[in-house]
Amino acid sequence: MTISQKILATHAGLPAVKSGDIVSVKLDLILGNDISASMAIEELEKIGMPPLKAAEKIVLIPDHFTPNKDITTAEQCRILREFAQKAGIKHYFEVGRAGIEHALLPEAGLVVPGDLIIGGDSHTCTYGALGAFSTGVGSTDLAAAMVLAETWFRVPETIKINYQGALGEWIGGKDLILYTIGKIGTDGALGKTIEFCGPAIRALDVENRLTMTNMAVEAGAVNGIMEPDSVVESFLKGRGYRKGIYLKSDPDATYEGDLEIDVSSIAPQVAMPPSPGNVVPVQEASGIRLDQVFIGSCTNGRIGDLRVAAGILKGKRTASHVRLLISPATPEIYRQALQEGLLKIFMEADGVMLPPSCGVCFGGHLGILAKGEFCLSTTNRNFTGRMGHPESKVYLSSPAVAAASAIRGEITHPASLA
Amino acid sequence: MIFRGKIWTLGDNIDTDTIIPGKYLGSTDPSLLAEHCLEAIEQGWTRKISGDDILVAGKNFGCGSSREHAVVALKAAGISCIIAESLGAIFFRNAINLGLPVIELEGAGDRFKEGDVAEVDMKSGEIRNITSGKTYDLPSIAPIVLDILESGGLLSYIKKKMERPNT
Repeated sequence: MTISQKILATHAGLPAVKSGDIVSVKLDLILGNDISASMAIEELEKIGMPPLKAAEKIVLIPDHFTPNKDITTAEQCRILREFAQKAGIKHYFEVGRAGIEHALLPEAGLVVPGDLIIGGDSHTCTYGALGAFSTGVGSTDLAAAMVLAETWFRVPETIKINYQGALGEWIGGKDLILYTIGKIGTDGALGKTIEFCGPAIRALDVENRLTMTNMAVEAGAVNGIMEPDSVVESFLKGRGYRKGIYLKSDPDATYEGDLEIDVSSIAPQVAMPPSPGNVVPVQEASGIRLDQVFIGSCTNGRIGDLRVAAGILKGKRTASHVRLLISPATPEIYRQALQEGLLKIFMEADGVMLPPSCGVCFGGHLGILAKGEFCLSTTNRNFTGRMGHPESKVYLSSPAVAAASAIRGEITHPASLA
Repeated sequence: MIFRGKIWTLGDNIDTDTIIPGKYLGSTDPSLLAEHCLEAIEQGWTRKISGDDILVAGKNFGCGSSREHAVVALKAAGISCIIAESLGAIFFRNAINLGLPVIELEGAGDRFKEGDVAEVDMKSGEIRNITSGKTYDLPSIAPIVLDILESGGLLSYIKKKMERPNT
């Protein structure tokens, strides 16, 4: 069996599963945010709010329309808050302690290898980097899981992607995942698991790995997963609430597809609108004039991302026609950036510091684009109208390309600044 | 479960941001969501839809965000059933969970034209294009999916199970 199959089998109480099996599984964590969980709570109220089987497994994080955008969204957050109080949800994170969910959960040690997790957010697949099976669901699945602490799955087929070679300068997890989605397409792993492996993956730190599994859903995958190793073990040291189970895929595990990628020749990648699969090397996008640059999100709002951006922005200023927005993904990352002097660098470069929030990325609030505007963003989606007006355009890249592009005011290879 | 209605068509890779943009997710009101459904493709798209129409889409329909508002919006707009070449994995579950039948059919885009009338029979497993006179077999549907659909959605299914735990 593969790692994913082993996790599903264990949680289904079965000795083995194979792809295509329908299994009923117990869950380790059930995650919801102000949009998905408030809708789930409303649905549960309609059926008389049944008792929750495992309130301690529920994690609630107001991170999308927060800090509250307007009265309607303030009410959504209130639904979440009041439910958390009433139901005794231990893992409720109020604004100030809340960060973007998929950055916060690993940071807080809530995820351990071998976990089975669902969340009312498509980027719940992020936790695969820690060797967990995790996937996004809608509000009704979330509602049912909050009550039952279990759900059902069709065991997905697995595509194995093997990354060989050494990464070039300026290249990180974001470039690898954009390159991969460009190769296999936004339905290249539809309904399947992507198992990311090979020496180039093992050479990445946990943050860069999280960036990759975060975007597995952009290739249509149910989940992305990596074999948890000593890098994961040292990341979790001092934070894990629970003991993880470090699984490996069996040598004779069945894969429904495989792909070899040589990373040594990969340039920084840019996804052109309106699809994360519309990927080109940065050279082919160079010179596209920008109105806004955003650095943040569950994909690239971690401390390592901010360090890379600050390294490029240090002593420089943003082009006068560009608005540079930076959102550290959690309060802890924000404090760390403050301590390291990164905020000073950003502000001296005319960057605007935003609170930890999903708002910019999904066009909810903060930094909305006007008609005809162009934005380069370190986020995960560049769909039509994703960050604002349907006639605005979003390009996706790494923090390095974003920082360099903010200085020039157009899409720029970081190497060309030197 | 038989659905008969007029066909509306959409292309490949229609994501849930396009179905209902993020700025409307502060609401769960079906009529508000329906009003703005697919507005990036055509303002007022849903005003064309009448109560039991069928949507035919290309590959990867409903990809992207897990927002269940996308299903709420399409349902409230009057879509009774969706046939697509392929469906985003989360969207598929959301639709079933809200009792909206969704079917993956190879070549769906070529087999139906906008304005055709079609009939989908979930029980007999057939899709008939009444206009072209052609019949297609439904791909097999997992029993749990049929059970959830027949209950009218996941929460009714669970409620039923809780009331009669041995069924």
